[in-house]
Order: sequence, then structure tokens, then C-alpha cells
Amino acid sequence: MYKLIIKINVVGKLGRVWIAYMPTQLVWDKRFFVVFGQNASRCSKQVASPKSHGGEKLIRCLVIGSACSHSHPLPYLEKKKVYFLARSISLLSSLSFPLALSSPTNHLYSLAAMSIFEYNGSALVAMVGKNCFAIASDRRLGVQLQTVATDFQRVFKIHDRLYIGLSGLATDAQTMYQKLVFRHKLYQLREERDMKPQTFASLVSALLYEKRFGPFFCQPVIAGLGDNDEPFICTMDCLGAKELAKDFVVSGTASESLYGACESMYKPDMEPEELFETISQALLSSVDRDCLSGWGGYVLLVYAALLTPTEVQEKILKGRMD
Amino acid sequence: MGRMTELPTKGGFSFDLCTRNDMLLKNGLQMPPFRKTGTTIVGLVFQDGVVLGADTRATEGPIVADKNCEKIHFMAPNIYCCGAGTAADTEAVTDMVSSQLQLHRYATGRESRVVTALTLLKSHLFSYQGHVSAALVLGGFDVTGPHLHTVYPHGSTDTLPFATMGSGSLAAMSVFESKYREGLTREEGIELVAEAICAGIFNDLGSGSNVDVCVITEGKTEYLRNYQLPNPRTYISSKGYTFVKGQTEVLSTKITSIQPKVEAVEGGDAMEE
Repeated sequence: MYKLIIKINVVGKLGRVWIAYMPTQLVWDKRFFVVFGQNASRCSKQVASPKSHGGEKLIRCLVIGSACSHSHPLPYLEKKKVYFLARSISLLSSLSFPLALSSPTNHLYSLAAMSIFEYNGSALVAMVGKNCFAIASDRRLGVQLQTVATDFQRVFKIHDRLYIGLSGLATDAQTMYQKLVFRHKLYQLREERDMKPQTFASLVSALLYEKRFGPFFCQPVIAGLGDNDEPFICTMDCLGAKELAKDFVVSGTASESLYGACESMYKPDMEPEELFETISQALLSSVDRDCLSGWGGYVLLVYAALLTPTEVQEKILKGRMD
Repeated sequence: MGRMTELPTKGGFSFDLCTRNDMLLKNGLQMPPFRKTGTTIVGLVFQDGVVLGADTRATEGPIVADKNCEKIHFMAPNIYCCGAGTAADTEAVTDMVSSQLQLHRYATGRESRVVTALTLLKSHLFSYQGHVSAALVLGGFDVTGPHLHTVYPHGSTDTLPFATMGSGSLAAMSVFESKYREGLTREEGIELVAEAICAGIFNDLGSGSNVDVCVITEGKTEYLRNYQLPNPRTYISSKGYTFVKGQTEVLSTKITSIQPKVEAVEGGDAMEE
């Protein structure tokens, strides 16, 4: 059941928005704009431009209007009434209630050109060292700008020497992981051995390309030890175009910062301790520049030494929780 | 009973998620940018065969995703194909046709012909009406001589003595149009191709990094990966970053050793009857 009633003064000045969540909560947040009425979708484009609201960055834009008419028709208020209500509510602006928006069952968000990848937020990086590799991720799970979990797992184990990190839409990441584990188990039954990382990368690529015209919105980062304990890393876009790198691969909403951080901080042939420090610092500094990822870090490092058995280190990092 | 387990599909595209994705698009979410190879790809016929060239930059929107990717794909020992457009499409299409050519070679017992690859590519691309966004430069040397073709995403093809495709195609074509002549030698051909790719690298923003060249002649193919590196990375600090061990704050650590797997060796004494 749709329970929102929204009023807004869109014209010219910085609009004060309130969202009344019937019947009890009243919320105020000046960064929110809600556009109401028959020409809602057109108005929202105006609102979205910085000029219309004094240059302040638009955080969210909710569009009600023609979109909702089929689900729950809202009475169309005359302009006067709208204005009156908006003014009276703006008097209440001294009250700042915490924002608690629960999405209605009919999802009527217009996300103002937000990408599907920015729905949950993620940051993933994998690096190669000397006889070792490390794969790191952030730990935040969000629903757009609201954080929902701070211990979300993005790096999954396929077998002892092969790990996959999945960034992008969290639901697609989990579905992809389940499909991949299924296919790998079938492979293990048939071949009686574990999959090589290169083979696995081809499998992931094929699964993603199969959905070429209706893709999974996730970008995998694959890291594993191949023949002769040779570290292997690889990333793909959401259609399965492989990128085999020899140094580092990145993925997620923080990818642009990660590219920069890794380019500067990476050195070839690093020992495991140094590799751990480098990948952690690269991850933490990059997620600082991205609102949608962060809230701690998780690093997995696999080190294949000559005489001692292969060691897997999983570490949780202390990061900024904002 | 319904579909309880999902068996591996038999091949081809699956459109399961299209309804969901359409719903997301209608609710205003933007489709992500696919990795494209912005690209300059060229091909040229010289007196003894074909020379193909490509740059090595892969872009994802405005960001460079891969600074040194391979755009010259193997089709057959005597046929190579450069790909521009959506990276996943070019890789998938060239891999698929390469496998089909291999099977054809086993069936016929003969060397593959360039026109076979051409027909397989164009019929596949046409049947998807341009939605498989792959623009290709296909070149090779078979029993009938050297061949060079271009294939467009909608399935049309051209047969040409010199060809360029991709976002840097105009820059490269300007070099070809001024300097190409028939009967080039191998060295001249390679030099001209490298020059055309460099024109694309320096003038087109979608192309960059290094030059890859592939020379196909009768009975011999040479893939010169990173033939020229006109954009070296010279600004790296010689010291680099050094982090002190223990600089990162760690909340918890878990260390597991991987047990080496026991291998069962065949042989030994046979069982007694």
C-alpha cells in the first residue's frame, strides 16, 4: 500500500521538502525534492539541474504523478493549496526528524540518472605479488544512500586456490555466485579435480555473455593460483569481456579511485606482507573518495611458499565508518 | 514439476533477465556502460600477404579499463581478425567462429579459407540485426591468395586492399589514402600500418597505448605483440610507496593452511585372483 503524500515548491528557490509518511512520521530534509502532479516527470528534470535549487547537490528526487496513477491515484491539489501547505510545512523545518523512508511495494523511485551499479555500492581490488595474490573488498551493503549492512561478503571461495569477488548489484552477485558454485561442483564430479583459474574465468565469461541482451549487473574479479602456483587475476565487465592483467584489477563504484591508487602504489614482485599493506592502503584510500562503498575492509591473501603448505590469510580492516 | 535445477544450457543467448531489466530501466535506472574497444584497427594487402594492425586501449565509458588489451584475435593459423565495438561481442563472435572453423577443418581436412570465416561472421551478425555490436577487420592468406575484408555490425561486408575501422578509422584512413600503393614490400607494409595506428592513437581519444601488428603470408604468420610502444610510462616515482608492516589497522585475522591433496597413483602390485 502506498502511503506517501508529498508536497513541494519547485519553482526557483531552494525548495523545502517534507515527506509525510502516513499516519505518524514527519520528515524534513532540504536536500530532497519531490515533484508532484501531472507534469511530474518534466518538472523533475528541471529540479535536477543545480540552477533550480541554488546549486545544492541533488541527492534524491522522487517523482510522483503519472507514474503512480495506475497504482494509487493521488488527488491532484490545486497550486494554491500546494503552495500553502508547502509554506506551512516549511515552518516546521526547525523540527528535523530522522529520515525513515521505506520503499513502497510499487517502486516508484526515479533515480535521477543513477546507474544500476550504484544501487548497492561496492569496491573490489585484486593484486599480484611474488608467488601470492590478494583480493580485497569493502564491507558495506546499501540501498542507495542508506547503509543496510556493514559485514556484507563480496569475496567468495570457489575452491582452496580460487576466489571470486563480485561487485555491482548485490542480488545478481549472489545469484552469480550460486550458479558458479553449482557449475564448479558439477565440474569436480566429472573431472575429479578443481578448476584452473583460466578455465574458471572462461566459464564466468560464458555465463555472463549468455545473458548479453538482459545481463547480470555484476562485475567479477577472479583471483587464483594456477599451475606451478602462478598467481592469476582477471576482471570482466557485466557482459563477460575478460581483462587479464598482470598487476592489478579493480571493480565497483570506487573503481576510478582504485585505478589511481593502485597505479601509484603497486610495485611488481611484492612479498606477502608488503602486498597486504599495499592492497589495504589502496582500498581504504579509494573508498574514502566514494560515498557508496567502505565501512571497513576485507582482505584475503593467498601465499604459496615453496616448502611450507599454501597459506590463506583473511583479515578484516578497520576503516572509516561513514 | 517446474524447473527445479538449472541445467547448463545448450548454447545461444538466454533472455531470462530481460523482463526484470526492462522494469529497472522503466523505473529510471541507467544501463551500465559496457567495455568497448574505442579503437583503431587497420588492415592492408601487400605483395606477399596481409598486414593487420590495432591499438591496445579498452575503455569503459570515459575510463581506460585496460591499457594493453589484445584486439587481434586468432581465427585460424592463417586467418586473424581485429575487433572494434563492444569488447564482449567481438571476443565472443571471434571465439565462436574460430571454433566453427576448427571443426570445419577437421571435417574437410583442408586449410580454412578467409571467405568461410567471412560468411560465418556476417550471417551471425546479420541474424542479430546489429545488436551484437562487433565491427571487424578480417584478413588472411589461403590457397586463393591474400584477402582483406571488413565486417560491419549489421552484417554487411567489404573486400578491400586497405581498410580501417573503429573510432580512429578516419585518422588511420588519412594515412592510408596518402601513402598506400600496390606492391608494397613487407617492411613498407608494416611501417605504413604502424603509422596509421599511431595516427589513431594520438588523434583519437578512444584509441591509445601501444601498436600491435600481425603479418600473414603464405604458410607463415607473425604476431608482433606490442610492436611499438609510443606511450611509455615515465612519470613513476623511482622510490615508489613503501608501507611499514603493521601500518594498516586490522580488526581480526584468520589463517588457514591448505592441506595438500593426496594423489592416488595408479599401478603397484596387481590384486591376486
